[in-house]
Formats: sequence, C-alpha cells, structure tokens
Amino acid sequence: MTTGTAGPAILVRGLTKSFGNVVALRGVDLEVERGVVFGLLGPNGAGKTTLVRILTTLQRPTSGSATIVGLDVVRDASRLRRAIGVAGQSVAVDDQLTGLENLEVVGRFHHLGGAEAKRRARALIERFDLVEAAGRRAVTYSGGMRRRLDVAASLVGEPEVLFLDEPTTGLDPRSRLSLWVAIEELARSGTTVLLTTQYLEEADRLASRIAVVDHGQVIAEGTAAELKGRVGGSVLVVQVADRSRLDAAREVLGRYGANPHVDESTLDVSVPMSAGAGAIAEVVRALDAGDIAVSNLTLHQPSLDDVFFALTGHASEAETPDAGERGEK
Amino acid sequence: MNPSLMTRVRWGVADTLVMVGRNLLRYVRLPENIVNITVSPIMFLLLFTYVLGGAIRTSTPDYITFVLPGILVQTLLFGGFGTALGLAQDVQSGLFDRYRSLPMARSAVIVGRLIADLLANIFVAVLMISIGTLIGFRFGGSVLQSIGSPAVGILFALPAAAIFAAVGLTVRSVEAVNVIGFTLIFPITFVSSAFVPVESMPGWLQPVAEANPFTLAANVSRALALGQDPGGDLVGVLIWTAGLAAVGVPLAVRAYGRRN
Ligand SMILES: Nc1ncnc2c1ncn2[C@@H]1O[C@H](COP(=O)(O)OP(=O)(O)OP(=O)(O)O)[C@@H](O)[C@H]1O
Ligand SMILES: [Mg+2]
Repeated sequence: MTTGTAGPAILVRGLTKSFGNVVALRGVDLEVERGVVFGLLGPNGAGKTTLVRILTTLQRPTSGSATIVGLDVVRDASRLRRAIGVAGQSVAVDDQLTGLENLEVVGRFHHLGGAEAKRRARALIERFDLVEAAGRRAVTYSGGMRRRLDVAASLVGEPEVLFLDEPTTGLDPRSRLSLWVAIEELARSGTTVLLTTQYLEEADRLASRIAVVDHGQVIAEGTAAELKGRVGGSVLVVQVADRSRLDAAREVLGRYGANPHVDESTLDVSVPMSAGAGAIAEVVRALDAGDIAVSNLTLHQPSLDDVFFALTGHASEAETPDAGERGEK
Repeated sequence: MNPSLMTRVRWGVADTLVMVGRNLLRYVRLPENIVNITVSPIMFLLLFTYVLGGAIRTSTPDYITFVLPGILVQTLLFGGFGTALGLAQDVQSGLFDRYRSLPMARSAVIVGRLIADLLANIFVAVLMISIGTLIGFRFGGSVLQSIGSPAVGILFALPAAAIFAAVGLTVRSVEAVNVIGFTLIFPITFVSSAFVPVESMPGWLQPVAEANPFTLAANVSRALALGQDPGGDLVGVLIWTAGLAAVGVPLAVRAYGRRN
C-alpha cells in the first residue's frame, strides 16, 4: 500500500491553470501531511475541481508543480495512479454493469486478480450499503446510490491518497452521514483524504485542516476553529422591516462588529459579534433608539458565507458567467 | 519500483480483455445496440435487392450477388461510426475520467473497444450472409474464398474504426460524432463500387470512386464472393489496412490519453 517515497502526501507549489483566457488557478501553494483529512472549501468556480483534476493526472498544470507522495503529477503520472483514488465531481459509473461488476472492473484495472477484485468489490458493496442493489445495473440506481458506488470505486485500489470532489452533493442526510463515517474510518486507518466541499459544516466535521479557495487562490488555511475565529465569533443577522432603514441598521451593527454585510434582497444585515453574544440586548436597544423596525433577529454559528465575507470582503457569489471579468481579477 | 516490461505487457493484455468483456456486455444488455447494428444493413439489403436491383445493370449473374458484398463492407465500415459514438459516450458519461485515473494501460480502452466492435462486426457479417442466402445470394468460390470475402471487409473496417475513434475522442461529443459520421462516411461509402459499378457514374466522379480505398475493399470482397481472383487489389487492401492501422490506432490512443 505504501510506495515508500518520502515527503508530504500532497505538495503543491505555484500551480496555475488557464483555459484559454479563463484563469482557473492563479498560483496555488498547498502542503498536506500524510494521514489527515484536508478540506478544500470554496464557492462555485473557485477552482477546486481543476485542482483535483491536476492532482489526479487528468489535466496538466499550466505552470508550477505538484507531487503526491513524492511522485510528480506530470512526470510520474503512471506510478502516481497506483497510489491514488478519485471520486470526481460528476459520478463516473458504468450504467450497464451492476454495482458489483463496476467495482470488480475497477479492481481488475488495478491488477488485483479476479478473486481479490471480487473480494474487495463485495466488501465495499457492504460498506456502502448497496447489498440489495449489488446485482442490479447501475442505470437503475438513484442519484445517491450512484454517488456511493462512485466513492466505493475510488477505494478499490486501497489508495494512499484519496481525492473526493464534493462527495456528498446530492446525498440525503442519512447517506451523507454514513459517507462521513466512512471517511472518518479511512482517516483512522491512515489514508490521506483531500475533500472539496462548499459547506463549512462538512469541512468542519471531517477535515483537520481546511484551505479556503476563491478565484483560483488559497485565501486562508487553518483548522476549522481558526477559520471561524477569523469571522470573530457568532454572526448576528438582523432583518429590517423597511428597506429605507438598511443603511441605518448597518451603521448601528457596525458598532458591534467589523464589516457589517447588507443583503438588499432579503433586507438582512449581518455582522460577526466580536463584542460577544451578551451584546445582543444592547444591539436591540440601539436599533430601537435608532427607530429601526426589526422583523427578525437571529444569532448563528459562522457559515461558509460568513467566513467568505470576513476573508474576502465579498460574498461567495455563484460563478459569474462573464469569464472575461474573472480573468482580470 | 517500476514494473518490468513483461509485467506491463501482461497487464496491458489483461486490461484489454477486461475492456473487451465490458464492451460486449454493453451489447448484450442494451438490445438497441444490436438492433442498431443489424436493422439498417438488413433494410439496405432488402431495399437494394427488391427496389433498386432491377434498375442497376451489373456484370454479376444477379444484383444481390453484386450488392451483398458491397452492403456488407459498407455496414462493417459504418461500424466504425459506432466505435466512435461509444467512445464519445464514455467520455461524456465521465467514465473515461475514471479509467484515466486508474493504473491501467491507456491502449486497453481503445484496443478493447476495437476488438469488441470487431466481434460485433463478425456477428453482423454472419447474419447478413445468412439473410442474403435466404433471398438468393450464393458464394461462387471455394470455402476459403467464401470466408475471405467478409473477412476482407472485417479487416478493412478495423483501422477505419480506429480513425473514427480518434475523431470521436477529439471532438468528445456524441452529437458531433453523429454529424461527422453522416457527412463523412456516407459519401465515402456511396462514391465507390459498393452499390453500383463505377462505370455507371459520371466521368468526373469515376476517378474519385476508383481512388477510394473503400472501392478496393468492396471489389476484393465481391471478387472473392464470386470465386474470382482479386489479384493485386487484395495486396492493395492489405496495404491500406496496415497503413490506416499504423496511423489510426496511435492517433486514437493519443487522443484518449490527452490531458488538457
Ligand atoms: N475545461 C474548461 N474549459 C474552460 N474553462 C474551464 C474548464 N474547466 C474549468 N473552467 C473554469 O475554471 C474555473 C474553475 O472551475 P472549477 O470547476 O475548478 O471550479 P470549482 O471550484 O470546482 O466549482 P464548483 O463548486 O462549481 O464545482 C471556472 O471559471 C470554470 O469556468
Ligand atoms: Mg467543482
């Protein structure tokens, strides 16, 4: 299972990737220790998939370098493929094969030999709760079952480093939880996992370290607690009753935390409560004194949006269709 | 650290066999695939024999003897279109991303596909000759010639399929493969001796039809069906086959392995 090469599980230096004039990665540096679950957190279009595809030898970097367990993603690609497992963002299962056959074929392509390929396929089918569907063609599977089969396929080779690109997208809460448990088990057994996600909650639960990616760059890295610390505690969200009072509300909230964030569409003003949750009563009084009618007020744990806003000063807006604009930023 | 050449060859062969099996399963489990590859040639055979046959004068005793080898070779060549389509489908479904991240031989994906489609072509050839026999087709030569007649088509279709595969893997879209298939393969197969004698075409078209390697393949297949000596044309077909294979297979494997 180990290739015996020294160094970190993943080492990325100055990695860039352009598609024509769209710059997907603009200089990524990353170091992932062996045996940890590392989260790559970022909004749509941040460059997560591009990074994963380069690290799994599916695409070539434009410049910079990357090694996985000491093997270069360009020069040592074929050896590298023996050390990794991948479940890409879009599920890759063979519709006309059964779940079991899908896994067996992957095992054969790992050169396991028939008996061993069968054994591992059966074990994974059980582990991913697909026993009943094991003999059915994958075309009959639900989205969640296909996702689970896909993740199972990434484990057939017992990889040293596993890449999961948004593995829980489309899973119901129960399947999500069981996948989380499976990832935690893998981590305990020493597998390095690089996981991309759009949800801080998921990164929080699974990853011991998280890199936040935005516009092709790592803008922050640390433990979940460290990242949340950057937000400055809990986030207070005040929804004003009257649009014309939005600015006044922002002014008031600005006294209790840095950079209040106004959402014009929902009439929400949010701010990290650096002053501590105890200050809420004061905030309410200040709003009242400022003649600002409030229709809703909540205090919550920082979300990805809040981390984003605190780190970048802009919301984690969805990918803009205007590629030209992205290219310049 | 790196496996020896012997081991790599062994793995390459094993990977290819697994791929052949996987592709054959797709034929068996998707009956529409079999319908696709068999219905149109049978329709062609019946339509040409009963509708057009009376109007076309050929040197052979009857039109079906003339046209069956032509339709057969055309059908087999058209199978290459299915090869390209199947590969483009696998690209679109993301399955190739899985394969390309695995430590398997890159050539196995292409060669495994070509072999599976070759086996399908053998099935189609046997079926068409059987149906042809029911409506009056007869081989006129020795057993060897009778086997050689479809074999030439099956052989010639192989590198053609590799070239279509390279195209399919370059455009990477099922729709684009469809367009290319119809705008490229149809003219190539029709401007040939497959369905009508070249002498019956307008003068300016005859050199095109004569130069078409497909004419060569159809001529050889037909000569063998009639029990005639194909002469130098047989060598010509073999040279074309080897030449196209030498270009097509590496091109297809490269197009598959390309990472952007
Ligand atoms: N093959 C490609 N051709 C052109 N542009 C591309 C290509 N692949 C990715 N991009 C662009 O690169 C940028 C990063 O995309 P990527 O898929 O890596 O983002 P992501 O973080 O995975 O997003 P998501 O969360 O939506 O999956 C986007 O602007 C995307 O449009
Ligand atoms: Mg993505």
